[in-house]
Amino acid sequence: MYLVVEQLLNGLQFGLLLFLLAAGLTLVFGIMDFVNLAHGSLYMMGAYFAATFVGWTGSFVLGALMALGATLLLGIVLEFVALRHLYGRDHLDQVLATFGLILFFNDAVRLIWGPAGLALPLPAWLTVPVQIIPGVYYPAYRLMIIVVALLVAALLYLVVMRTRIGMLIRAGASNREMIGALGINIKLLFTLVFGLGAALAGLAGLMQAPILTVQIGMGENILILAFVIIVIGGIGSIRGAFMAAIFVGIIDTMGRAFLPDLLRKVLSGAAASTAAPALSSMLIYLLMAIVLIVRPEGLFPAAKR
Amino acid sequence: MKKAFWLAGAMALALAQPASAADSIKIGFVSTFSGPTAVIGNDMRNSFELALDHLGRKMGGKPVEVIYEDDQQKPDVGKQKTEKLVQSDKVDFIVGYIWSNVLLASLKTAVDSKTFLISANAGPSQLAGELCSPYVFSTSWQNDQTPAAMGLYMNQKGVKSVFLIGPNYAAGKDMLAGLKSTFKGEVVGEEYTVWPSQLDFSAELSKARNSKAESIFVFYPGAAGVQFLNQYAQAGIKQQIPLYTAFTIDELSLPLQKDNAIGIPGAQEWVNDLPNAENKKFVEDYRKKYTNLRPTYYGAQAYDAAQLINSAVVAVKGDLSKKDAMKAEMEKANFKSLRGPFKYGNNHIPIQNFYLQDVVKDADGQLSLKTVATIVKDDQDRFHDKCPMK
Repeated sequence: MYLVVEQLLNGLQFGLLLFLLAAGLTLVFGIMDFVNLAHGSLYMMGAYFAATFVGWTGSFVLGALMALGATLLLGIVLEFVALRHLYGRDHLDQVLATFGLILFFNDAVRLIWGPAGLALPLPAWLTVPVQIIPGVYYPAYRLMIIVVALLVAALLYLVVMRTRIGMLIRAGASNREMIGALGINIKLLFTLVFGLGAALAGLAGLMQAPILTVQIGMGENILILAFVIIVIGGIGSIRGAFMAAIFVGIIDTMGRAFLPDLLRKVLSGAAASTAAPALSSMLIYLLMAIVLIVRPEGLFPAAKR
Repeated sequence: MKKAFWLAGAMALALAQPASAADSIKIGFVSTFSGPTAVIGNDMRNSFELALDHLGRKMGGKPVEVIYEDDQQKPDVGKQKTEKLVQSDKVDFIVGYIWSNVLLASLKTAVDSKTFLISANAGPSQLAGELCSPYVFSTSWQNDQTPAAMGLYMNQKGVKSVFLIGPNYAAGKDMLAGLKSTFKGEVVGEEYTVWPSQLDFSAELSKARNSKAESIFVFYPGAAGVQFLNQYAQAGIKQQIPLYTAFTIDELSLPLQKDNAIGIPGAQEWVNDLPNAENKKFVEDYRKKYTNLRPTYYGAQAYDAAQLINSAVVAVKGDLSKKDAMKAEMEKANFKSLRGPFKYGNNHIPIQNFYLQDVVKDADGQLSLKTVATIVKDDQDRFHDKCPMK
């Protein structure tokens, strides 16, 4: 029973991390109608910035905050210099251009930081297990990821639903031409949205960095999951991304945790051990296929024109 | 891009010396030179180049030409690169292979063309058993040997139960099976993770903690070893359940694992401080030639591969058509291996010692690996009976 609680937390933590990545992607895709494959590169840059700044300042929190600012800035510069010219173009052109950006960022990182990767060690106060209910211990750092991601989700909700900027973002999501015609500075809005998305990706990257290693190409595998999430949740919908990310995180983790034992009841030990990891990594794609058949617009689609 | 680079390099070389090209020793080298595990391929290439430097870049009086190919850690790419080296470059020897699944996919191409293949790392059980070949030699080990040595050490320590975690591919299965072949206690659980994409081991670590096992054993080569150790320490399990490893802590991962690696034992056939003259020279020259880098067992094995090839070429005085004589010479392992002398079994896998290594702070205050004890002497893999070669 305790194990189930612990695995649920693992799933929730993984899902919330994916949400941070998917939220930025769905904003940019849904509101700006822009396919950004380089979103994973911003995730990677967040991790590299954090590893560097934490090394400089010696403080994890300060370094992380600086890295967040740096990714926001990088996102805004990137939008201004390169992506702005691609808005009117075909999706395929955008895919090609942002794929080029992935290669650019990977080689830039190789030049600046070298090919070996970096470590981002945690401060001692984050490497202790915390007792959440009697008998269940959970790593403090993973708990912090859950708390931070929930706070960010709440903040995003408030910004999008309760502020003027949020209103413009929602209006942009349902009809871009119209809000342009009403005299809103759509260019500025897009730059802002892109910077916000970049900062969210950077936050996901820097929070994942101590768990994994900071390395070239770290954003490429996880970007696929982020795309799965925005397809399941409905493109452009933050609420959808939130729900879908938690579904995906929990399904993936529970699959890995319990499928091997279930399979061992019907298959031989060796066959079950081999089949279970393969099957469990398929589960989320199965979920996506089912959602696409039953509700092609996603589970929680953003209001459309 | 990298391919184009090497291709351009090879073409420039071919243009520069058109007369001698036909009369050189051609070696194809397949390893991983891109992606997160490129550091391993680089270490193997560095060590192989150092061996050629030590040999005066000649074997049996003939110049040596090496063509490096990147397998991207993918079996299908490795197979294509092997085919290219064998069929269009017509290499005399083919060396390298970090990953067991890449080697298994590439093996047939080399063996069918009767090109000598020297595995400088991967040692799948099939290669030692039913797939053994007169044309294939190993300068590493069979996968099961290293974890089997770790199992013996755990018996010595009186460990009663273990939880096993490893990646779901050819080598991962061999490694866990190898540990089980010698470990006398109870195996409480056995988990396989998706390879190489799964980097978060939270679900597996939770299960290990809840299994109440007395110890955990893992096999995670390359960056995955860093990720596993980080998460093991962050979850606070390091204070609760001791960890035993094979191929998880090395000189490439140690600078990233840092203090998380202290106190975690590993088994290995080569350690940087093995006290023989060749090894001292290798480690010293490596650190001189490649500043800020330290050689690993991957590199030592690649260095030995160059020496093994040299011994065969010298024995036939550069006449590479004498394949039987070359095979007979290589079977003698007649060269000074960095791990000390070893013999070949009937399946061309070394019969060798395995050592216990520990992480310590060295004279410069840097973390490094140190030999603590010899776990097993002259160990032969457990699949040699299945090899039809006698």
